[in-house]
This record gives sequence, structure tokens and C-alpha cells, in this order.
Amino acid sequence: MPNMSLVKNEMPSQAPDVRNKNFSEVALGYTEEQAIDEAQRCLNCKHKPCVSGCPVQIDIPAFIERIIAHDFEGAYQSISKSSSLPAVCGRVCPQESQCECKCVRGVKGEPVAIGRLERFVADWHNANATEAPVKPVPNGHKVAIVGSGPAGLTCAGDLAKKGYEVTVFEALHLAGGVLVYGIPEFRLPKAIVQKEIDTLKSIGVKLETNMVIGRVLSIDELFESGFEAVFIGSGAGLPRFMNIPGENLKGVFSANEFLTRTNLMRAYRNDSATPIVKAKKVAVVGGGNVAMDAARCAKRLGAEEVSIVYRRSEAELPARHEEVEHAKEEGILFKVLVNPCEITGDTNGWVNGMVCREMTLGEPDASGRRRPVEKEGSEFKMDVDCVIMSIGTSPNPLIKSTTKGLDTQKWGGIIVQEETGLTSREGVYAGGDAVTGAATVILAMGAGKTAAQAIDEQLSKK
Amino acid sequence: MFKIAHKQRLNPTVTRMEIEAPLIARKAEPGQFIILRVDENGERFPLTIADTDRENGLVSIIFQLVGAATEALNHKNEGEYIQDFVGPLGSPTHTEGLKRVAIIGGGVGGASAYPVAKKLHEQGCEVTSIVGFRNRELLILEDEFKAASARYIVKTDDGSYGTKGLVTDALRELLEAGETFDEVIAIGPLIMMKFVCALTKEFGVKTTVSMNPIMIDGTGMCGGCRLTVGGVTKFACVDGPDFDGHLVDFDEAMQRSRTYYDFERKAHEETCNLFQKEAK
Repeated sequence: MPNMSLVKNEMPSQAPDVRNKNFSEVALGYTEEQAIDEAQRCLNCKHKPCVSGCPVQIDIPAFIERIIAHDFEGAYQSISKSSSLPAVCGRVCPQESQCECKCVRGVKGEPVAIGRLERFVADWHNANATEAPVKPVPNGHKVAIVGSGPAGLTCAGDLAKKGYEVTVFEALHLAGGVLVYGIPEFRLPKAIVQKEIDTLKSIGVKLETNMVIGRVLSIDELFESGFEAVFIGSGAGLPRFMNIPGENLKGVFSANEFLTRTNLMRAYRNDSATPIVKAKKVAVVGGGNVAMDAARCAKRLGAEEVSIVYRRSEAELPARHEEVEHAKEEGILFKVLVNPCEITGDTNGWVNGMVCREMTLGEPDASGRRRPVEKEGSEFKMDVDCVIMSIGTSPNPLIKSTTKGLDTQKWGGIIVQEETGLTSREGVYAGGDAVTGAATVILAMGAGKTAAQAIDEQLSKK
Repeated sequence: MFKIAHKQRLNPTVTRMEIEAPLIARKAEPGQFIILRVDENGERFPLTIADTDRENGLVSIIFQLVGAATEALNHKNEGEYIQDFVGPLGSPTHTEGLKRVAIIGGGVGGASAYPVAKKLHEQGCEVTSIVGFRNRELLILEDEFKAASARYIVKTDDGSYGTKGLVTDALRELLEAGETFDEVIAIGPLIMMKFVCALTKEFGVKTTVSMNPIMIDGTGMCGGCRLTVGGVTKFACVDGPDFDGHLVDFDEAMQRSRTYYDFERKAHEETCNLFQKEAK
């Protein structure tokens, strides 16, 4: 008999004014009992609408059934047929707009907590599994992956499972892309990312860090050295600035720099050699998930007052609702319908304020969102000593500028055939933010999966 | 992990290391740099590639002991390993078609200027090298520069070697005597590059500088290294590190380079104390 409760099982988490002072994970995960109880809310629908909402098409009712049967390892094996990074996805996917928004239980009440269950299964496996994964039989084909973010790791995992000899090239000293430099420890512990990467290594994926493709080796040289296909998953790491006066003052950061120092270089820890500015009053400009991450990190680094400054209204915030709620609980202030026009500094070149204008919303623009319009004479000054610009990123131009015949959009995105990920170059595939511009982890994973399938089709013909 | 094949003290505060990094050695061109991390909890910092030995797969770096990270690097010995070493980064120095060039190297900046002088010299360009140091004890790469230059001029602040004065004094003398250069290439402390640019602007000589802002990733993803060049924001790690010196906002660059001054001073003291304790 299914559990007919209309609401999801709550997930235990750290109290807001405890967690806003540490970098430990906020959400603590289900116990076995909570997971089984939540799993019993699933009606095991025949037509499985939830699966169509998942970009990598995990057979959701099948793994949930294994949970109900207390077969947690079986549940993990079921998920891992479709996903290489379940512990990551269960944490950072926007399930409310994917699998869970299609769940039948969501019509009346809350949908089944698919993300939390996926996370439970992956964590259970990582803590309890004893058997090493089986290394697939090599098929003799070599594939190179550029970038070790979600797109690259997924593509690598899928190909390795099919017997390909896969090498992932990563520019930084640690693999994971945005999972290690962008998403903070308190949302996604780095040990979990490392564990997922170790699992990929154990099925034969080779990882080469400190390799900036385009500089140390070109795409053409990868082919010359014996790779038969290349997947570009280099992301959209180039930060945008507003081009307003004062943006190069000391104390102004791109969200990428602020998060890289905090997360990748662990500047929040005393034993890290990487410094970070200790600010008292921080303004984070932007309203996406990255802005929420930066604001919550700034708070944890000891800032007294952290504000999100966003030019539209709260209804248009692009961040996940859950992230906005978490930020508010932790004491982050929201200044909406506000846009900065100048950053001011003291005689030593440090930020000491930000001049802003109030906005109103006009007619909808091309994107369908109402366009913010400045209110005349509404200028006011915010008292801040640190500004973090989180207004988006675009694809890094390095691969494009060093690869002949690779077609890109004007704004830098690599042009691909949607159904295969094939670029304008034979044997070169691309996916994730390098193609779409900044999007989500799971969309990047979906693109990595699509390309892996297309690469397999191409190479297995040989 | 990257092995330190050779280590050599060039003077009391400057060390040269040759690192085993065959892929980087094969590709690196003058003007490019690497980012390194000495150990697990170390920070990432940039150093210019001072030379390459393509045959043996070695990349030379020359660094001055200025803070915690360079102290930690200097603490490593021949045969030991450094954690991370990534490159070649940045765009190579533009050398094509140059016939007569003055290369200005200030202090340890001479280590970055030398590979450019060498390449130009090999291309048949007439190179005038002007190098400056605080005193004789700090002189580096004299034989190398002499071999790569048609003319080699040394200046010291205290007159203990070469002639007393600054590199800008030597350059001014040449320009006032009517010498012409296709280009002046200046590499060294920001203040030196700023004054070289002020001088060459007076004489209308094109000047390239190699900027050295704070960097983390060195691949264009954070903008920590941004500069204002001709009124536009540029990222030194991908758009540079070379820029038209007459367009660079040096005052802003000098302000930005001091962002972590207090932190760095404290970290340096702690590192020195730690190494002293170990030595006892």
C-alpha cells in the first residue's frame, strides 16, 4: 500500500544561524527509514512521466522500487545505468523543473522527492559498497574529452562503460569543473565529487590535470596522437562585467574569482595559502544560483551584511526557489529592482560604496521577461566594501581561437547538431555550457550523454 | 607532480629551477608563462618561462624570494617535486619583422626579458639590452644577455656595477643621441615599466610591456588579473601578458597588485619562521 502523505519527507538539515558560520553541508540527507517511507509515496506509474523529465532518463520507478525492497545497492546499480554522477545530481539538479515537476503525486500535493532519494542511494553506495566496479572489456578505440566538468565526466563515463579508452584533459589542478570551483562545499561536499571521479577512474577513465587544451596541445594534435574523436566540454567560464566606473577597484570580484578562491583554493580554511578579502558589507550583483552561492559564501567568511542586488523583481530571480529560501534563512538581504551604475573607492583604491538606481518593470523583452527601466532621479548610495559581479559568463574563446574550422555563434557558443552534439569539424563533438552558454549541471550531463552515444555510433562503424 | 631537474642560486634572493615538463617545453614561446602550485595547500601563482630545453623536456623558471609561495618553492631541492605546473599560458611576445629593438629588464624581470632578447637575436634583429639592478650582488644572466645582444648596458642603483642610475637613464641617453628603435620591450617592476613608457611616449617609440598582475587560474575564467588598457578592461592571462605600454593604466595596476599586501606579509613571516624552525 503506497504512502499517501501529501507532503515529502523533510530532509534533516543544519539550523540557519548555525550553518551560516560553517562550510559543512546544509542538508544532511535521509536516513534509511525516511528514504523507504518516501519511496513508498511512488505510485509506480506505468507511463513513468518522471523519466521524461530527467535529461539523462534514469528509470526512476525502477530504482525507487529497489529502495522499497531495502535493496539499496540494487537501486544504485539501476541509477548508474543512466547516470555517472548520482550523488552530485541528487544534490544540485533543479528537480522542481525536471523529474519532480512531471510526478503524478505533484498534481495534488507534493511530488515524490526523487532528488533526495537519488542522493540517498548514491550516498549509501559510497559509504557501504565493497565490490569494486567491473572494468569493461576494451574495444580498442580512443576518445579525448576536453574539460572535466559535468558534461565531460558524463561523456567519459558513458564511453568507458562501453569499453572506450577515454582520457579527460583538465586545465585546473583538480577535476570536476564547476562542481569543484563553483558550487560551494556546503551544497556539494568536494569529497563527494572526488568519490564520483574515483569511480570513473576505477572503470578505466584516465584523467590528466594541468592540461590547457589549445595551449599545451591543440585539438588537431589530439587526433595526431591517436584519438579518434574529441568531445569539448570546456564550459562557459569567462566572466562578464558591467563596464561601469570603479569596477577595477580593489574589493570588486567576478563571482568566478570569489568562488574559485573560496571553493577550489579553500581560502576559508586557515591552512590554505590562498588569500581572500575579509569584507564587512558585501553586495552581490545578480540573481542566479551563482549569485546565491557567492552571497552565502561571503556570509560564511564572516561578512556582517550581505545583499543580493538584482535589477528585476523577486518573481524574476533566475535562481532556484530553494536556494533563494536558503539564502534568506541565512540572513542574506534582497535588494530587488535595483541596478548599480558606479562603484566608488577610497584614496587607496578600495571599494567604499556603490551608487545604484531604482528600477521599474516595463514591457516584456525578447526573452519574455519584463524589461527593467531606470527610475529617474532615484540614485542612492549603498555602503559596501566588497562587490561581487555575478551577471553571467560566456564560453572561453581559447578552444575556438586555436581550432581551425570550428564554427561558433557570435557570442562564442560552439555550434552543434542538436541530436548528436557534432560540431562543424569531423569527429569533434561538444556539449554543455560551451555550446549553450551558462546553464545547469544536468543539462550539461544530458549533452555529454548525447555526444557519447553519437561518438559510439560513429566509431563502432569503423 | 613535476620534478625539479636542476636548481641554482643566481644571487642571494633569486633562484633558477629547471622543471621536467616536456609538453610545455615543446610548445613554449618567449613571453609565455606557467602557473604553479608548490604543494597540496599551496596557492597558484604565475612565473614567466625564462628558457626551454626542448630536447631534454625542461622548462626554466627564475624567481625572486618575495613571499610565502616563493619561499616554499625555494625550499624544494633538486630531485624533489612540485605539485602542479601548467602552461604555456598567455600569448607569445610579438617579434615578427622587428629589426632594431631595445629590451629593458629590471631586476628579476630580466629573466623574462632574456628569452625575448634571445629570440629576436636569433631572428637577426639588432638587440640593445639595458638591464638594471639595485646593486652588483643582484646581477643575473649577464653572459646570456651578452650572447643575445648587439649591445649590453648594465645600470645599478648604487653604481656598484656598470654605471650608476636607472634603466630609463640609459634609454634616455640613447634616444637623445638620436638612436631609433622599431620597438622598446620593457619587463620588470610596474613602476619601472611606467617610467619607461612615459619616456618612450615623449620620443614616440612603440613600447610593449609584460604585465604581472595577481592571477589564480591563468586561463581567463576569473578576471582577477584584469587591467585597463586603452580604457577597456583586459584579462592579462589571455589577452596578454604583453600590452601596448602607452595604453596601460599603471596606477590602477599598482593599486590592484597590493590587494593582499597585509595577508601576504603575514604569510611570509609565518613561512620564514617555519623554515627557520626546521633548520634548527
